[in-house]
Amino acid sequence: MQKQPEAHMNKSKKFRVYGPVATVFSSSNTGSWRLERPKVNFKACIKCGTCAKYCPANIIEIKKDQQECVVIDFDYCKGCGICVNECPAKCMTMIPERSED
Amino acid sequence: MPFKMLDGNAAAVEAMKLAKVQVVSAYPITPQSSIAEKLSELVASGELKAEYIRVESEHTAMSAATTAQLAGVRAATATASQGLALMHEVLGMTAGNRVPIVMPVVNRGLAAPWTLWCEHGDAMSERDMGWMQFYCQNVQEVLDLTLMAYRVAEDENVLTPAMVCLDGFFLSHSMQKIDVPDQELVDAFIPPYKPKNLYLDTKDPMFICDLTGPNEYTEMRYQQKIAMDNAFDVIEKAQKEFSERFGRELDIVEGYRTDDAEVVLVALGSMCGTAKYVVNKLREQGKKVGLLKITVFRPFPVKQIREVLKGKKVVGVYDRSAGLGGQGGPVWCEVSASIKDLECDIRHYVGGLGGRDVTAEHIEQIFNELMEIYAGERKYHTQWIDVKENAMEIRQVIKNV
Repeated sequence: MQKQPEAHMNKSKKFRVYGPVATVFSSSNTGSWRLERPKVNFKACIKCGTCAKYCPANIIEIKKDQQECVVIDFDYCKGCGICVNECPAKCMTMIPERSED
Repeated sequence: MPFKMLDGNAAAVEAMKLAKVQVVSAYPITPQSSIAEKLSELVASGELKAEYIRVESEHTAMSAATTAQLAGVRAATATASQGLALMHEVLGMTAGNRVPIVMPVVNRGLAAPWTLWCEHGDAMSERDMGWMQFYCQNVQEVLDLTLMAYRVAEDENVLTPAMVCLDGFFLSHSMQKIDVPDQELVDAFIPPYKPKNLYLDTKDPMFICDLTGPNEYTEMRYQQKIAMDNAFDVIEKAQKEFSERFGRELDIVEGYRTDDAEVVLVALGSMCGTAKYVVNKLREQGKKVGLLKITVFRPFPVKQIREVLKGKKVVGVYDRSAGLGGQGGPVWCEVSASIKDLECDIRHYVGGLGGRDVTAEHIEQIFNELMEIYAGERKYHTQWIDVKENAMEIRQVIKNV
């Protein structure tokens, strides 16, 4: 689900260094902190954009021309659940991170 | 070679200038102040082409020096006592991120009681922070060991910061005739700084000191341990090259008249000069005494110490820090552990705290006690060698008036 931005590293040469250092580091990928994630019932969604306005990480995008109109960047969604609480149509729910849906 | 009259602080500045440091961030503190002042004068006059960062504390001084050096320059700072204690957190950052800063530490006791004067308690408190520690006997050694420290710290197999410890006032403010090498000679010994490991460069970005989990923390500590192990070879090579280039010998440890000695005193810092004087005096009286001077305390030179103390039956260790609550001071603990399998009666002495002079009389008393223990005429030794008899009632105040 999470896209690891490692592609450019494969092209460049690696050097051994001592000490704590990273050019690609998993801890910046704050999506890895998540225990639950928001799931949208697109049939009930009214495309109002309230979830996007309240998202503290600013990683929700509303694409009104698409059927799956709420696009969440799961690389950075920490699963705080604010969008779910604020949704006026109650079309969002938090589901366990490891669930299949 | 030109000789100069310099005190210890001026010698440290001279060494940093010869190493062409490019960034200085120092906060003045007694007895280090004249290092910070002299460096700022050199920068202001243009004699030292460096950026001087005015900082509001030692915590920032160390942070600025560490990050400046990560950006690819040789950075300088210096401190003492409370300042070193305030740096504590950042010392670990410097060492763990493998930033090879060389820092003079002008040894002064820690409060309370407030003191301005010499003891080793400040540096000893930081002995396990991943820094190398070199202790100077005289002002010439301040200059020499600082130059050596740059070579060792910046070696690609070491990459570990170093403290050059000089006794407050006894060295920092005492003038001696110093052999200051020419700039060209030092340039050949200390090449321009090149970051060999971690660095900060916007064109080639890396993130330094990211959160490291239990799966890698141990390995990074192990890397530091290996660096400390590697340091001995690098120090030996640097000292050999130093003597070839500058004509002066430096040692990891120095056994002074220890070959046939019946008892040996272990010491570090400026008191070694006094101790050598006492050794010579007692030798004239036919007493077989010797001194083991430890110059490199971190990494701790177990092999070298065992070579000197092999076969010795009675050894004393002089700690210039109290080692409160421990079985003895930190130097005694280390020396004891390094000869734990040898049959040796090793006694600990504490003294010279908060600026109290380590006198020839006290060292003579220690040697005499050790000789008596050696001869089986004495069982106990005077652990706190220079404490006053009325220690428990030195102050009286009027209360409840």
